[in-house]
Amino acid sequence: MNETKNDLLQLPNLERQPFEPRALKSILLSTITIICAVLACVPLFSVLVMLIYRGGSRISLELFTALPPTAFQFDGGGISNAIIGTLFMVGIAALITIPFGVLAAIYLAELGPYSKVATIARFSAKTMSGLPSIIAGVFAYAIMVITMGGYSAWAGGVALAVLMLPTILLTAEETIKMVPKRMKEAAFGMGCTPSQSMTKVVLPMALPGIITGVVLAVARAAGETAPLLFTAIFSEYALEPNDPTASLAVLIYNYSNSTSENQLELAWAASLVLVVLVFILNMVSRWIGSRTRK
Amino acid sequence: MAAENREESILPHAETLAAPPTTVDKIFDKCFRTLTLVFTWATVLLLAFIVFRIGGQALPAIKEYGLGLLVSSDWDVNNNQFGIWPQIWGTLYSSLLALVLGGFFGITIAIFLTQDFLPHKLEIILKNIVELLAAIPSVVYGLWGIYVLIPILQPTADKLHSSFGWFPLFSTSFSGFGMFSAALVLSIMILPTIAAISQDALRAVPGKTKEAAFGMGTTRWEAILRVILPTASGGISGALVLGLGRALGETMALAMLVGNSATVSLSLFSPASTLAALLALNFPEADLNQTGVLMYAACTLLLITLVVNMLGTLIISTTTTKGGER
Repeated sequence: MNETKNDLLQLPNLERQPFEPRALKSILLSTITIICAVLACVPLFSVLVMLIYRGGSRISLELFTALPPTAFQFDGGGISNAIIGTLFMVGIAALITIPFGVLAAIYLAELGPYSKVATIARFSAKTMSGLPSIIAGVFAYAIMVITMGGYSAWAGGVALAVLMLPTILLTAEETIKMVPKRMKEAAFGMGCTPSQSMTKVVLPMALPGIITGVVLAVARAAGETAPLLFTAIFSEYALEPNDPTASLAVLIYNYSNSTSENQLELAWAASLVLVVLVFILNMVSRWIGSRTRK
Repeated sequence: MAAENREESILPHAETLAAPPTTVDKIFDKCFRTLTLVFTWATVLLLAFIVFRIGGQALPAIKEYGLGLLVSSDWDVNNNQFGIWPQIWGTLYSSLLALVLGGFFGITIAIFLTQDFLPHKLEIILKNIVELLAAIPSVVYGLWGIYVLIPILQPTADKLHSSFGWFPLFSTSFSGFGMFSAALVLSIMILPTIAAISQDALRAVPGKTKEAAFGMGTTRWEAILRVILPTASGGISGALVLGLGRALGETMALAMLVGNSATVSLSLFSPASTLAALLALNFPEADLNQTGVLMYAACTLLLITLVVNMLGTLIISTTTTKGGER
């Protein structure tokens, strides 16, 4: 009897011991985690430093105003047509997708959130957001390039639109859903028709969130290369919407393995311009997002 | 609080709004509602149309070559011999390699950011840095890979090959462009996706669970490995599957780095090819017959990614329980 009681009382030492194996293991794992986190930041800084180091020297007025050089032109030249091309095609895509996405989102969030169509449409949008970007290019090739008989900025815009739609639609749906219910009820109480409550109450309130989604989608589309490779291709001349059109992303790809040092430098400079553009758009969307959350 | 302010701003207009809808209002309402419904249907139809158009263009090639195309490795344009097995292999192999690397780093970072390792402000800064990794366009990663990453890897890879050449993973000499460089860049690109979704899963673990573990006297890592990670495992596996989906569809970084040679090899240093890279490189110069084959390849890619993505979405939606507090 006495013995068992003593056994029970012999508890292990419960105080924290900094050098027991399990404490050491914990410290070791924490160290590995910190190293991993630091390592993961290395690529970002490496990319940024290289862009500034190799592309920064070409930032000048000429870069933004001149046309690309030929392979035999050893200095000079710019990327003006690629910048305009990117803006033009992203613009077309935005013009198609903003009304499309926002109107569909209104239906999904408000007018028939539990209907069958809504469920299927939500599922379609989610599936489309996981679509490989090159598939969007193949699709635009099949419907635009084959039927129109040639590469054009329009085809590029359509390809980008396919990629932008799911982002815009899904973020718009989320923000419209977040508009407080009593706002809508107040509008109905005033005798508003559903569409009046949408256009006069819900949409103005959800606008910042919708803009965040649009800006993010635009930032993503501006950097896409794969969908433009065989829809807009590339051109060394100024913008002609019905002809092949240059874009920053495709310019970087085409010049990345160029033997001409001049074109290679332009590829780095174009990357710098593109990354700065994308980062600014990201910051803007975060800024709008954080302002509305308060 | 903010909502109340907004309410005030709307109230002054109340008198003008409080009137029965006129005929114009009713017609406008009808049109507007129909329009939203039309665009909802259009979303569904767009996806159906994408599958239908690509499938339709691929149909002649599917009829002609059948499933044999998927397992053959010949690509001879002149004799109309086509096979995409090396590309399918390359797509799966590069994505899995990237998933192992990116998954490890992604989950580690998610743990680092959610388990109170850092003060809140630093946590937010690191989170933003990881998110910015996703914002860099893939073509820029490709350029960086060619001129920065490959020269850095070259000496180590040469050493590995000369000392461990008998090991299948290192069996070919490193030419720069190849599986390893491509998979490394790919893992950087999918890391933010995995980290972001894993963070959500880890944050959804109820605080009580964690506190109970600490109350039992576990060390921080015993709690993380034995309690928190298993609880969040559903969401984390969803994150991995969605990361895999992204890796499978990624095009540019691979087209620029993978070497584009139709070889099937276990070696990390061997050049390879992927479905997306095949499409990117061959579409512009394809004749009609070849276009069909490429559409067939696009169909295969579409099918693989659709299955993987649906699986990921399904895993996340069935396992993530909302309402967990930190």
